Amino acid sequence: MATRDGPAPAPVVPQQANNPQEEALRSDRRAFLTKALAAAGGSVALTAGLTSATGAIPRSQAATVLERVGARPDGNILERMLDDLDRALAKPIHERQWVMVIDLQKCIGCKACTVSCVAENNLPPGVVYRPVLEEEIGEFPNVRMRFTPRPCMQCETPPCVPVCPVSATYIRPDGIVAIDYDACIGCRYCVAACPYNARTADFGEFYGDGLAEEVPALAGAIAMAYETRPNFEYGREWAREPGRHRSPMGNARKCQFCAHRLDNGLLPACVTTCLGGATYFGDYSDSRSLVHELVGSSRMIRLREELGTEPRVFYLV
Amino acid sequence: MNAQRVHPVVIGAIVLLFMWGLWGVVLRFTQGHDLANYGSYVPWGLWVSGYIYFVGLSAGAFLLSSLVYLFRIEKLRPIARTALLVSLITLVVSLVCIWFDLGQMWRSWEILIRPNFTSLMAWMVWLYIGYALVLLVELWLELRTDLAMLAREGGKRARLYRVLSLGRQVPDDPQAVERDREVSERWLRILSGFGIPVALMFHGGVGALFAGLMARPYWHTSLYPIFFLTGALVSGGALLLAVVAFTGLGDGERGKAMMSLLAKATLGLLLFDLLLEWAEISIPAWYRVGEGYEILKVVLFGDYWYVFWIFHLLLGALIPIALLTAKPASRWMAGTAGALIAATFMAVRLNVVIPGQIMPSLQGIEAAYVDPRLLFSYAPSMFEWSVIAFVIALAATLFLVARRVLPLVEQPTR
Repeated sequence: MATRDGPAPAPVVPQQANNPQEEALRSDRRAFLTKALAAAGGSVALTAGLTSATGAIPRSQAATVLERVGARPDGNILERMLDDLDRALAKPIHERQWVMVIDLQKCIGCKACTVSCVAENNLPPGVVYRPVLEEEIGEFPNVRMRFTPRPCMQCETPPCVPVCPVSATYIRPDGIVAIDYDACIGCRYCVAACPYNARTADFGEFYGDGLAEEVPALAGAIAMAYETRPNFEYGREWAREPGRHRSPMGNARKCQFCAHRLDNGLLPACVTTCLGGATYFGDYSDSRSLVHELVGSSRMIRLREELGTEPRVFYLV
Repeated sequence: MNAQRVHPVVIGAIVLLFMWGLWGVVLRFTQGHDLANYGSYVPWGLWVSGYIYFVGLSAGAFLLSSLVYLFRIEKLRPIARTALLVSLITLVVSLVCIWFDLGQMWRSWEILIRPNFTSLMAWMVWLYIGYALVLLVELWLELRTDLAMLAREGGKRARLYRVLSLGRQVPDDPQAVERDREVSERWLRILSGFGIPVALMFHGGVGALFAGLMARPYWHTSLYPIFFLTGALVSGGALLLAVVAFTGLGDGERGKAMMSLLAKATLGLLLFDLLLEWAEISIPAWYRVGEGYEILKVVLFGDYWYVFWIFHLLLGALIPIALLTAKPASRWMAGTAGALIAATFMAVRLNVVIPGQIMPSLQGIEAAYVDPRLLFSYAPSMFEWSVIAFVIALAATLFLVARRVLPLVEQPTR
């Protein structure tokens, strides 16, 4: 069996099983995964990662399967990032330095990251954590589109943190700029202070609100069923309901690298859903991590670097 | 003066403003920010502008009242009490204004229990508390002798005056009254010594609150704290000038001398303010390139050009300058000039707050995610204006009631 850290050697014949029953079970799982792979294409990598994170199947084994059906010779990127994540989570939180790397050459502008982020964090109208900026460059017939996904930069010297009058926003030991929803008074000073427009305010709106105009009987704020389901930002349940003004309604909101997922061994939603494989994530303090490798590229830039905010989101141009 | 009747038109206007304003306040409590036009890219709108406008009036009026106590400019003495009252009322309504703007109104007290003193906003709130205390104590010291005298005289308000004077007794003897006033005066001087730095700090601080944000180049200028203080003095002085002219405080020899001094001070401050403004505009615009220039183009020639040219420059500067320099000076002209400057200063405040937020931070972000809350343009909604109407009506009512009840003119000692 492959070791935790080294590349999987892709054994065709499994190692000796002490127990024939256990071996049969393993084969079943492998068969299931292979089938799922055929059905769902690349997304199985995510499935494999998720199941292994919950402990059902050792990840190393899932990786073996992927390799047998012809994964990239240098290994599956999501697999590698999950391994990076595991190593990081084994360390104390203050020794992790989460960073994101976005390869603009690979971004196809599908906005799957924007949508998956909205779904993951159950974002209301007007709140967005990761829009994708679109620029048209050149003139016909020489035109290119440039897409720039813009999560929160999780700056090392964030302009938004010192302005908060109640210290509701702060830097976690792992570098994530977080918001204490229970403390935020909704003054929006941080929203004004961000040089990336990366903070949005939750004005307490619902996608169902517009329906009231059509149906007078439904006057007032209306929420679709999916809108009242809680999200799990910062590892807690936050349910929004019309007529009940409670956090995160009325608060500033922002991308937090899906901290609740990270803390549970999962990659941020935008990373796992990126169709072009353009978004990378990991622990920069680990020199073996994929992100450490990618940041050391001559293509690397950071947005508005001249401001001195020291973003933890790196772009490859 | 206390017996002076308020013109029915004024009362009618206040009632109308109240009714319109109540509509907005009720909606604010029932529907939150739904009907407001600000969003996440222009997070601060009319209510923030209203807040810096009213708090500027407060700081200006207070600093002028302090001239009497600290620098003993006796000519201004008849306005001192009114100035303190105006400062207190405009402070209260400015805080009402910003309170309505908060996303979590009922958590505002958190600034008191868990302040972050790297934030200028936390500083503001703490300084306002200190300032409000100074104002209350100063006002009480100013009035206590007269309140005690009124309480002694009896009448239907005797009990109220006794409460307001905190049960203070003054013997029915002109000399004793004079002594009492001298003691108050000494304390007032000391308090002004505290109050002036506090006012300079909090209003310069409001300028710094904006100027400190490097993300907003339009605000990020060292001139802002000075600009804010000058604006406070201009608008506060102008408001006092209008109050003096239209309430009868400017009557008589003393009144005329005071009004003339206030008019001159307001004119001088206005000219200085325009000088600073010229610096604010000419420097980013001179070479016609850069982000500051792009924003100024919108301010001066964009959809809301009239806010600068008509409301600020014409009504708020040129006409008042003409009125204040015309000979012979008249009470009505001075009062109109003061009222125009004070009222249109809101245009200056709006042109500080809004343009600072209209530039996208990154190219393409304006179109990246479409929502009415994600626009780089802003015009206040009727709902937002109605809340301002409520605040103005509240200020006017508080002023008229206080003027009727409180001895804003020194009681004769018989």
